[in-house]
Amino acid sequence: MIDLLTFLFWNLLYFAAFVGITLAVVFPFYYAVLSSADRSGERTASGVFWNIVFWIVVALIVLIAIFPFYYAVLSSLETGTQLFIPNYLPQSLNPANYEAVLTRPSFVSSIVNSVFVATVTVVAALFLAVTASYALARVRFRGRGLLLLTILAVSMFPQIAVLSGLFELVNWLGIYNTPWALILSYTIFTLPFTVWVLTTFMRDLPVEIEEAAIVDGASPWVVISKVFLPLLWPALVTTGLLAFIGAWNEFLFALTFTITETRRTVPVAIALLSGASQQEIPWGPIMAASVIVTVPLIALVLIFQRKIVAGLTAGGVKG
Amino acid sequence: MTTTISANPERSRGRETSLQSQRARAAFWFLAPMLVMLFFVAAWPLFRSIMFSFTDAEANDIFTGGSEWVGFDNYLSWRVRDDGSIRWRGVLADADWWNAVWNTIRFAFMSVALETVLGLLVALVLNAEFKGRGLVRAAILIPWAIPTIVSARMWGWMLNDQFGIINDMLLTVGFIDSPIAWTARADTAMIAVLMVDVWKTTPFMALLILAGLQMIPRDMYESAKIDGIHPMKVFFRVTLPLLKPALMVAVIFRVLDALRIFDLIYVLTPQSEATVTMSILSYRELQQFGDYGEGSAQSTLLFLIIALFVLLYIWLGRVDLSGERSK
Repeated sequence: MIDLLTFLFWNLLYFAAFVGITLAVVFPFYYAVLSSADRSGERTASGVFWNIVFWIVVALIVLIAIFPFYYAVLSSLETGTQLFIPNYLPQSLNPANYEAVLTRPSFVSSIVNSVFVATVTVVAALFLAVTASYALARVRFRGRGLLLLTILAVSMFPQIAVLSGLFELVNWLGIYNTPWALILSYTIFTLPFTVWVLTTFMRDLPVEIEEAAIVDGASPWVVISKVFLPLLWPALVTTGLLAFIGAWNEFLFALTFTITETRRTVPVAIALLSGASQQEIPWGPIMAASVIVTVPLIALVLIFQRKIVAGLTAGGVKG
Repeated sequence: MTTTISANPERSRGRETSLQSQRARAAFWFLAPMLVMLFFVAAWPLFRSIMFSFTDAEANDIFTGGSEWVGFDNYLSWRVRDDGSIRWRGVLADADWWNAVWNTIRFAFMSVALETVLGLLVALVLNAEFKGRGLVRAAILIPWAIPTIVSARMWGWMLNDQFGIINDMLLTVGFIDSPIAWTARADTAMIAVLMVDVWKTTPFMALLILAGLQMIPRDMYESAKIDGIHPMKVFFRVTLPLLKPALMVAVIFRVLDALRIFDLIYVLTPQSEATVTMSILSYRELQQFGDYGEGSAQSTLLFLIIALFVLLYIWLGRVDLSGERSK
């Protein structure tokens, strides 16, 4: 008992020290950002000073955000001994690593698997979610709040908590080591997420449109398919995209429910990519593979930037 | 997950009654497919996992069903030896499990604290008006878009002990005089994991907080500025209190994510005992050792800890997650 108390005491102290140091380090940055926003219009000495500090903070944020990916691209284009000398600017443009990865049949098939699994998962989730979120957003019934909370709770499940039960289910259905095992198990996080976000979107649509349709004698199904669906397209694209990214990145289920190399998805393939021997990690090809699977995602995210930010915040923050 | 469907009492008159009940019936059928699906992929597997935790199931028993009920033995059991001493067994008496619990809590606390503080800073930057704000926002979306496994691999390479660029930077600046084996050493493995997680997740936090910041009316800052109030004071007295609801929700999303962390650690520091989390330990038990009884007991305990945390958080923080109350 005394041991436990001293353990807890030291750890609380540890946490307190951690928070204190963090705040002390970050405080000047906060001060700079807030001060520069306050004095942005002023051409006085202090206004200029805070402006410069502000730009340094901005530069740091951008640099830290993009450097690791930049460095991965850099490394993926180097081979042999060159790879093992740290350098900050491109030294060579050798596509050998890309050739090595793309000529591995297992890696190519894992890309195909990932695209297939993520696409089917998203389509299925959206199909189930549109009608469900209409009911949750537009029809008042007892227990709606509780139901919404339950759905939210499911999306926050620790995946490991359902792993052995899902493993049994997957084996019982005879879909172990097939893409269907992944599609089924990914529903556990894509479906609650899409329902949640679409419900938020639908709640904000004006009631008048729906009422007009009902007065004209439209059935609930017609209201969904003819009135709401056209208005929902932007929301569907956003949610679909976010669910796609989630399915594309999933690791635990993909690792557990596939066994042969050609059935793996991209994250598992990259995590288990190995060289000729156990000791030797093939960093060049790993970096090339990482760049290959990341570039389409980054392109998608940058193209749909505004929509994604809107979708993320709809899923996270409720005004 | 049964729900009673009832018509809205305010409007139950004449034609509207049948209309309302028609809508309610339709709502039930619209919800049914999703509920059935969620039952099969979430409720049933969860129930089966909990059942496994009370049996001595091994990997093969999944196919044959030859496991026996052992009660709470996987959680805690004891046996009195001949010499009178008591031998404890089960997850709750397992030092490795307590190590994993402690690692998980430490990771969740430190990563979420760092991500909140840094995410708020990035959000404040993005909330300011300056040229190139769109570019900065695009840049911070990149870490978020990169798959966790890929970022674990990228950082694993950057943190490499012999050829890593992080060691090269620190050596050049003079912070260290010999390379550090970041992911292998017991005292730096957690720092490495935290670095990657903070890098990857701060953008998400920043975007959530930014959405909260943008709901604060601009004229509040204007009037504070006219009154000559120091910006730091405005931040603590106005911005932070108004931001609290958004922060609370963002923090709980992150804590729940951090408590179940698996993929990053599995790839970045697979060997280190200093970063074994509850998910990792349970996965090892299930997949490597094939002990479904004890592995399921570990995952059930993780589920209980997370559920307890959520209930406490919502109750103590009065967080409005469903958005029902504000409507």
